[in-house]
Amino acid sequence: MSNRRLYFLAGILALIALLIFGYKAALLGFPLRPHEQAPAWELEVRVGFQASGEPVRLSLRLPSGGNGYEIADEQFVSGGYGVNTRSKAGNRAVVWSSRHPEGEQFLYYRARVRPGAPAQTERDTTAPVLESPDFEGARQAAAVALVEEVRGRSADAETLVTELLRLSRVPAEHGHVAALYGHDPTLVERLHTTVEVLTAAGVGARVVHGVRLQSLARHAGLQHWLEVFDRGTWRAFDPHSGVPGIPEEYLPWWYGDLPLAQLRGGQHLHTKIALIGTPEPALRTAAWRERRFEGGWAKLSLLDLPVETRAVYMVLLTVPVGVFLLVIARNLIGIKTFGTFMPVLIALAFRETQLLWGLVLFSLLVALGLAVRFYLDRLKLLLVPRLAAVLIVVILLMLSMSLVSQQLGLHRALSVALFPMVILAMTIERMTVVWEERGAREALQQGFGSLMVATFAYGVMNIDLVEHLVFVFPELLLLILAATLLLGRYTGYRLSELARFRAFGGRA
Amino acid sequence: MSTRLFQRLRHAGVMGINRRNADFTLVYNTRRLYPLVDDKYRTKQLAQAAGIAVPTLYAKVEIERQVRDLADALQPYHDFVVKPARGSGGDGIVIVESRNRSGFRKLGGALLRLDELQHHVHNILSGVFSLGGQPDIALIEYRVKPDPVFAAVNFQGVPDVRIVVFLGVPVMAMVRLPTRTSEGRANLHQGALGVGIDLGSGATTGGVWRNRPVTEHPDTGESLAGIVIPHWEELLELAARCYELTGLGYQGVDFVLDIERGPLMLELNARPGLNIQLANGVGLLHRLERVRAETDVERVPVAERVRRARAWFGGVQSAT
Repeated sequence: MSNRRLYFLAGILALIALLIFGYKAALLGFPLRPHEQAPAWELEVRVGFQASGEPVRLSLRLPSGGNGYEIADEQFVSGGYGVNTRSKAGNRAVVWSSRHPEGEQFLYYRARVRPGAPAQTERDTTAPVLESPDFEGARQAAAVALVEEVRGRSADAETLVTELLRLSRVPAEHGHVAALYGHDPTLVERLHTTVEVLTAAGVGARVVHGVRLQSLARHAGLQHWLEVFDRGTWRAFDPHSGVPGIPEEYLPWWYGDLPLAQLRGGQHLHTKIALIGTPEPALRTAAWRERRFEGGWAKLSLLDLPVETRAVYMVLLTVPVGVFLLVIARNLIGIKTFGTFMPVLIALAFRETQLLWGLVLFSLLVALGLAVRFYLDRLKLLLVPRLAAVLIVVILLMLSMSLVSQQLGLHRALSVALFPMVILAMTIERMTVVWEERGAREALQQGFGSLMVATFAYGVMNIDLVEHLVFVFPELLLLILAATLLLGRYTGYRLSELARFRAFGGRA
Repeated sequence: MSTRLFQRLRHAGVMGINRRNADFTLVYNTRRLYPLVDDKYRTKQLAQAAGIAVPTLYAKVEIERQVRDLADALQPYHDFVVKPARGSGGDGIVIVESRNRSGFRKLGGALLRLDELQHHVHNILSGVFSLGGQPDIALIEYRVKPDPVFAAVNFQGVPDVRIVVFLGVPVMAMVRLPTRTSEGRANLHQGALGVGIDLGSGATTGGVWRNRPVTEHPDTGESLAGIVIPHWEELLELAARCYELTGLGYQGVDFVLDIERGPLMLELNARPGLNIQLANGVGLLHRLERVRAETDVERVPVAERVRRARAWFGGVQSAT
């Protein structure tokens, strides 16, 4: 009998499981460990101004992510103002408008900043439109000369930008630079001029304004840097050192020479940016990414289920792990248990009662149940009424144990109610038959075997990591299925058979 | 529990439960045919139709109402056996040796009142002893008087002979001897003794008791080896015929030897073959492979199959 078809099926299942698992773990960044935290920030911009009853129009640039960050959960807090967001030339902005505001006005923009998924950080590749800069007279000549000079000392766009930024740092020391930049330019002025010079040199460039993400900043200052379009994509340059690249905690906000906020119809405009780091469960970040990434696919995520349903699956999904262990215990080791899946159900109950209490309560229940069952035996009842009677007795026993433990203050013992009572009743019945037909030894052996497997299953099913893995990556169940299928064709000896057949051991 | 033992078992061709289920019962025994052997009543009918002798059925109890009339039904019989039609592993069998005014006397001497017997029958009907707990019927049948050939190595019960048949070829046999611990029952897990039989000569070899090799009966102290089973050729042929009878490729056939009626087929088993290896001190796998290697084995006549079995598997010395 060929097992090729089985190996093929198991292989396919394992492959699918690993592919989905790898995709989710590596590309969507689903956490491999429980309780993992992912960084995130709350961003708040407060815009205040003085209104005097005239129509007001206030526009505020909005971040749209970049440098590995994404913006989520945007909120606009603005009572009585019309709100609309618009996108123009790579910049997003919100426009607040109101007809007759009076007095001090405060408008808020709030958003969450999260690191994007590794697979999602797209680069901006829109090519710039080069417009000839509006240099005049001497500035024009200085620009041409400066470009000539810098170009002579550089090999490519990157070194050209670096050299230009270096020279512009101390404009006074260089004639052309001083003529272009003025004697003591601010960083923003300097960057704007640099953009113009680069444009004159035929290199697309833009000024970027952003913030540095930090754990707490009540008044986060704006940062400014340069981006140059080079080899098909925009590259950031540090304005101080001139080298390519900006620190990874910089969040780009908007581009160009417009200010953060613009006001028409009011006075005393002032803005305040506040930032607070609020790490969140990595799972939530990953789920959010998944939802953004591919609409239809994400609908299949367990993380979107209602909380109670999720709680149920959190437990249910560990059952296959327990069942798999049971297969190993029975078919590989050869432990005898009562009922095929009884140990797994007991293990589930142990989750609520904790192991020690679970063992004590279970043994107590079965022992008392057996005593009652042996008594019922004398009454010569027929099977179904007898089973029903045992079930009722089991429930009564559970109730009285709960009541007694409540009196004693043993609150753990209250969870006895979570034992699967039907399974218990069947176990008691089966145990009596085995007890009578095969002796107490066999009955106790099977009872002990069941408890041992239950304990083992509980131990594994209760590991945080296992619970987390099967819940976050349910596709791993396909892997367990594949392994179970393979075990289904395990035709070797069970460990217990080595003992059973040890008489053959003497043979050479 | 060493890997060396593991390798030795492999080398000896010992078949484990996983192997038996995966490569033999699942492959050669069609699920559909199981009821033929799992229900002893149907097996009995089948055997009788084919002219194979079985213990006479005195009565069968199918519904609870009939239990009340049990006393009347049992009136003509001095001794009998009550068994569930679908019992497994000998569970639920009561052997009544004699009766008196107050009730019945079980094998071994314990007394059983009529109401106790009736309750036992009720239990049988409600499926306490049946596979999967389905409702069952109770059979009351002739109590076999064992052939005296085993008198010296038997403790109070009826020894039975099991022959494992693969594709119509007997591959291994043993005799199961009741002991004091098994309370007269012939099931190994209940403490009966398993003694291997040489297929060629029909003579017993060594035995096994509670998974340990033994050479003497634990209760009588008599040597187990060298007892020649009477009607051996006939037993082998009957066993081989059971393949055509049920269509099960891999089965165990249980016989008892009655002092008056000779070999009687007791029951068939669709999942045999683990303990018999211990009793013989020989693994089954090599023999099963030998039969499987023959392409025509299912088409040759019974007598030829038995001849081949005796030639192939006879004269093997037990290793234990």
